[in-house]
Amino acid sequence: MPPLSDILFYVFAALALICGALVVLSRNPVNSAMFLVLSIISLAGLFVLLHAFFLAAVQVLVYAGAVIVLFLFVIMLLDLKEEQRRKMKTFGAVTGIISVLGIAFVFWHSLIHSSLPESLGTTDGSTLALGRLLFTSYSLPFEILSVLLLVAMVGVILLSKKEQK
Amino acid sequence: MNVGLEHYLVVSGLMFSLGLMGVIMRRNLLVIYMCLELMLNAANLALVALSRYHGNLSGEIVVFFIITVAAAEVSVGLALIVALYRKRQTAHVEDLMAMKF
Repeated sequence: MPPLSDILFYVFAALALICGALVVLSRNPVNSAMFLVLSIISLAGLFVLLHAFFLAAVQVLVYAGAVIVLFLFVIMLLDLKEEQRRKMKTFGAVTGIISVLGIAFVFWHSLIHSSLPESLGTTDGSTLALGRLLFTSYSLPFEILSVLLLVAMVGVILLSKKEQK
Repeated sequence: MNVGLEHYLVVSGLMFSLGLMGVIMRRNLLVIYMCLELMLNAANLALVALSRYHGNLSGEIVVFFIITVAAAEVSVGLALIVALYRKRQTAHVEDLMAMKF
């Protein structure tokens, strides 16, 4: 009987991958967004298994909360219909599949033929440790990030404003 | 077999490939955007797993930054898509072949 954390890993990994595949495959954009939520939540479960509790919470709050709401809002705003079946261009499909298989092969090859380093001890991604690191060693990137958010906000307001005559 | 670093890296690689396939094969701009999110999340998973097994919290800080930048990127990108839709009434990449309006 494998330990519970291993069983949970397989459950979450399978959920994340299946929902990820359904994001790509489903025809209706709303269904894609919903499967993206499921995939992101199971990724948050994987983060919990890796003891990154703060990141799991942020993942659920920011992605499943904010980003997906934004996506759904835009889908509703644009009133996108289900995609009609257009003829797939064989050239595009073939090059797409070949490049994806190539990348997957590179990943697989490098995983098989490289010896992973010995574990140097494990971390505990508690909010305390993460916050201490964030506000000491990484305080400059943190501040720059806040400026980036401000710039993005101003940019979005400018972009989505209706042009006045 | 105990779950180790390799398992997480394999899941992350598969997820990245899925996202890449979506970006290449799908023609709806919004779905392409969602697949980009999938790819970002795959990178996040690899970073968290490596930081856990390396005993170094810096990887998790990077993931924190990636999540923030991804949120900013999504908001700007969706605003661009809405602006594009207002001009051209389509969100289908094959109808958006010209660079100028």
